[in-house]
Amino acid sequence: MRPEMTAASLETAARTSAERGALARARLLRGLLPALSLALVLLAIAWLNPRAISYFGFSLMLNLAIPIALATIAQMFVISGNELDLSIGTFVGFVGCVTATWLKEAPLIGVVILLGSIFVYALLGALIHLRNLPSIVVTLGMSFVWQGLAILILPKPGGKAPDWLLGLMAFKPPLVPFPIIAALLIGFIVHFGLMRTSYGVILRGSGGNPAALGRAGWSLLKTKIVLFALAGLFGVLSGMALIGITTSADANIGNGYTLLAIAGVILGGGEFVGGRVSPIGAVIGALTLALAASPLLTFMHIPPDWQVAANGAILIIVLAARVLISRRER
Amino acid sequence: MASVKSLLTKPWIWSFLGALLVWLATIVFTGGYGAGGMVTAALSLAVFTVIVGVGQMFVITLGPGNVDLSLPANIGLASAVAMKVMDGNDSMIAVGLLAALACGAAIGAANYLLIWALRIPPIIATLSASFIIQSIDISYGRGLQIKPPPGFADFANWQVLGIPVLAILTVLFTVGAAIALQRMVYGRSVLAIGQNIRAAWLAGVNVGRIRFLTYMLSGALGGIDGALLAGYFRGANVDIGNEYLLASIAVVVIGGTSVAGGKANVPGVWGAALFLVLLLTMLNTFGVSAGVRLLLTGLIIVGVITAAGGQKALR
Repeated sequence: MRPEMTAASLETAARTSAERGALARARLLRGLLPALSLALVLLAIAWLNPRAISYFGFSLMLNLAIPIALATIAQMFVISGNELDLSIGTFVGFVGCVTATWLKEAPLIGVVILLGSIFVYALLGALIHLRNLPSIVVTLGMSFVWQGLAILILPKPGGKAPDWLLGLMAFKPPLVPFPIIAALLIGFIVHFGLMRTSYGVILRGSGGNPAALGRAGWSLLKTKIVLFALAGLFGVLSGMALIGITTSADANIGNGYTLLAIAGVILGGGEFVGGRVSPIGAVIGALTLALAASPLLTFMHIPPDWQVAANGAILIIVLAARVLISRRER
Repeated sequence: MASVKSLLTKPWIWSFLGALLVWLATIVFTGGYGAGGMVTAALSLAVFTVIVGVGQMFVITLGPGNVDLSLPANIGLASAVAMKVMDGNDSMIAVGLLAALACGAAIGAANYLLIWALRIPPIIATLSASFIIQSIDISYGRGLQIKPPPGFADFANWQVLGIPVLAILTVLFTVGAAIALQRMVYGRSVLAIGQNIRAAWLAGVNVGRIRFLTYMLSGALGGIDGALLAGYFRGANVDIGNEYLLASIAVVVIGGTSVAGGKANVPGVWGAALFLVLLLTMLNTFGVSAGVRLLLTGLIIVGVITAAGGQKALR
């Protein structure tokens, strides 16, 4: 996409050791950027309202962080295969509606529906690969499908979360609030699976250089199916976690998650093409967005009219910082 | 016979066939009643999708990752700006339209500034920009209940022999867009960048300038669309552009433009816009519930793209 990229890689060979040291520092800084932006948001909150930095404060502020983090991970899987899922938000809403109705009243049917929806995701991966379709459009169409199904299942806001789910999401561990533990757990499990196992490397490779992977004998159809099925799985987890927190559902409950999840992946250091993603970064990006979205802005006394704008500004500032660091990297 | 065959190989023909099929299905259902009225209504509504669709098409043609997500916010803000400048006064119509155009173009320029200066992927840049524009609109248009000037509202709803005048003007505009795309240096440059940005750069195409112009074009078209929508629906509001995010992308792709960039199709935008509008009309006529309507719309979009697909797309 950028002409200067190939030129830069040619120059790398001629670099001296001093330059290499500076390069390594810039890379490290870039890798730490997601964590730094989270720290910055936390510092701002601590400065504006010291009382928020407490067990209770974090439990409250990070209330919705778990479903956002799970949806972001789902989007990350799709992005690591060079695709984009514009339906994850309405899918989370659909799962929420199933969770608040079928899963509560007829758990067996509920489980079958949710497993079936993961299967549909896997099928989409296969369809996109076999017919060479643009994923933006296929998932755009699917966003209508999930929304329609959600409305059919739950025409009016309502339903109720299963008791075991309510109990799980209300879990209060000692010392560290549950959302933080859950986020760490999600981040490290996915990090291990995608970054440390050999098939994880193949999955990322399918975004990095699909042609090379195909010639090496790996099935690109299979990698795409696995990536989409994983996205479906984490979408299901996100919808269930969301309903465990809100206790009842609404067909439109997840609509904002599509763009939030994309922004989370990018904030976390992911790239749109090339299989360059970071699971821990994505979770940190999701936490940053969850915190920056409302608690920070409320403490800054920003009027509601301008809260959306402040969100956009935060996104731009973080990305601008990343560019400054990346420039040094070249 | 040969001409029919060559016609069938055109990528845009399928969207028109789809629109025709949907129209016929609806007429059969109603027993021929309201067939003409349906075309008139479809033309008037399709116009707004076509205008933003053409802007989105030029942006998408720039290559993978290029997409303008700020269109809905842009349309909302421009509709408010146009109504405020016109202030219900017939003599201010032209000034109001120019203001909407300038507002949209400024948004497009800001989008490209973010993409260029910060090297942000266009998806994220236009998304962040749309958050900011939305806030400006909410704050600027608060409690705005200004009606369009009567002359402008009449113009936006004006029909001659059952054909909306706006649709005729939009057809002329799309012919212009097709010529610009295929026969002018600007359009050829857009296609070249979409095919291979590095090759285009080496061949002497001023890549930065062309991309800047394209984002500004998309913004300006969003702006003018906002003003026309406010005229047609007789009032501006913040949510007036919401449905055009998905619609603008959908018509571009269903119309046969490649998401991978470098291959654009103007007639297809018309066919796809008519198809989508007629599809909604058909489902409404059949009297299905909102849930079934969304479900079927989605399935049909996926079905159409699967049937028409097969193009290499990076995303």
